[in-house]
Amino acid sequence: MTRKVSRSAITKRESSVLIVIILGVGAIATYGYVMSRTPARERLIVSTTTSLYETGFLDELKVKFEAKYTNLNVSFISQGTGLAIQTAMRGDADMILVHDPAREVQFLQGGYGVNRKIVAYNFFIIVGPSDDPAGIAGKSPAEALSTIKSAGLHGTTVWVSRGDDSGTHSKEKSLWKSIGLDAKNLRTEPWYLEAGSGMTATLKLANEKRGYTLTDIGSYLLNFNNQNIDLVKLVESGKSMLNVYSVIAGDPRDANLTNANFEGSMMLIRYLVSNEGQDLFANFGVKDFGQPLFKPYLKLVESNSDPELIQWIHDLAFIDGSECPQQYRYNADGLYSMQLTAPVLAVAPFAVLRKIESWIPSVKA
Amino acid sequence: MIRAVGLILSGDPEVYRIASLSLYTAGTGTLLSCTWSIPISAVLALRNFYGKRVLKGLFNAAIGIPTVALGLYLYLVLSRSGPLGSFQFLYTPNAIIIGQSILVSPIVVSFSASALESADPELRDLARTLGASDLQTYGVIIKEASWGVILAVMAAFNRAFGELGIAMMLGGNIRYVTRLLTTAIALETARGEIALSIALSFILLAITVSVSVAVNLARKPTS
Repeated sequence: MTRKVSRSAITKRESSVLIVIILGVGAIATYGYVMSRTPARERLIVSTTTSLYETGFLDELKVKFEAKYTNLNVSFISQGTGLAIQTAMRGDADMILVHDPAREVQFLQGGYGVNRKIVAYNFFIIVGPSDDPAGIAGKSPAEALSTIKSAGLHGTTVWVSRGDDSGTHSKEKSLWKSIGLDAKNLRTEPWYLEAGSGMTATLKLANEKRGYTLTDIGSYLLNFNNQNIDLVKLVESGKSMLNVYSVIAGDPRDANLTNANFEGSMMLIRYLVSNEGQDLFANFGVKDFGQPLFKPYLKLVESNSDPELIQWIHDLAFIDGSECPQQYRYNADGLYSMQLTAPVLAVAPFAVLRKIESWIPSVKA
Repeated sequence: MIRAVGLILSGDPEVYRIASLSLYTAGTGTLLSCTWSIPISAVLALRNFYGKRVLKGLFNAAIGIPTVALGLYLYLVLSRSGPLGSFQFLYTPNAIIIGQSILVSPIVVSFSASALESADPELRDLARTLGASDLQTYGVIIKEASWGVILAVMAAFNRAFGELGIAMMLGGNIRYVTRLLTTAIALETARGEIALSIALSFILLAITVSVSVAVNLARKPTS
């Protein structure tokens, strides 16, 4: 009895030791691998919208920005605008890059953010099946929505809503409001479906259901080119369809944000409004889609090529006649007087100096 | 499907990075959990105390805890505005490791406790008669029931390796930092990159299956 027990116990112990070694070595090896690939850099966490993220724009921004500011490691957390703002309010993001002016104002007023800058814009579109069962092609957005509603009531089509409190969802709610309908009451209608997820998932749902939905142009082109969807653009113009992207730094004076990387946030903001950052917007997507997915706002202002459009952006996204009123600015250092052509490198020497400063005590010690 | 296989064979460094980070978080999380879960299971299996059955019931019930619920609670704890916010763990691999180690603890505790309980009761008496201390007795029984304990650890590893909720909520699915196989699959599906999702899911399955096969091979000599 004793012999049998001890013999099997040893072999089992050997096998258990083997497993632990395999797991342990595997964990250490992968840890070493991961760490060797991740140089120690300062983290900058940006909570942002799914539309910017899914198109791949932010991946390109990260590469270009980090090439220039090698001490920063930018992390993008992709969420709907509503959640992105919540994340920053909790102090879990250093800055936000979003597209919902009304919510941005609340964020500033709550004392969570400073130094808002409008960086880019594009237009929302209404897409639907190519046979257009409700017949909305060429109508105004408001007419299109009421047509979809009556077709929905007849059971010939459906409307797919993002339903996730994103910037796109806010826009959709304001469009329903413009024809006197409250989106809250529509949720119970059988022709009104809430996807509750990102733009691609919503487009795919609309595609499966042969329904209509509101989308930003970038997400639509991406999915159309990937052959994920065969929905077509049906309504695509008008002031009410304007989509404006802004960036806001977390306010380091807020209790939750005292550890936030304010300097890093300001560097990214300056980069986005610099000539180089604006060109990034202007060129992204041209190769794949034949048009930019996001249009650079400061280039528009500089060229003054379309005063009417600039006025629309003012009407939609300005707060008391300014993109960021004086009381919401903090250590902005000329951010609001800066010429577009001013080279962004002007701030880089400060960053280098600060870096050197931060080394000095450790050298002494 | 062919594209998916091609993507695996092309050896994209980012895919390997994602897979190795998945192995790292699940492996470390499981091992970390073992440091407290196996002792707890030994006490639970081999000692009699008031409330033991209730405690065992609680651990059994916690096996099925939804990952999103646990992820949410830990998010609130680890958030900068939460009680452990000053450690700045949120959106780092460490946050995922902590979350997964807590997630799999009930699995290790319950499974290995029942393995220890079913170990030959004579063995315990024998060890005691031979003058073993409490701790030594535990050691003997854990060795005897080692296969059951290993199975418990494997089940825990597989659960950690394949879960999505914690990795998404605590890691944030940040490219190059906290993107794991499961969060990458969720993202690429949301992005409409189905071929890439399928490729990643194959890797996920292949690793899960080969870990189980490796463990079974290790067992063979004893039978």
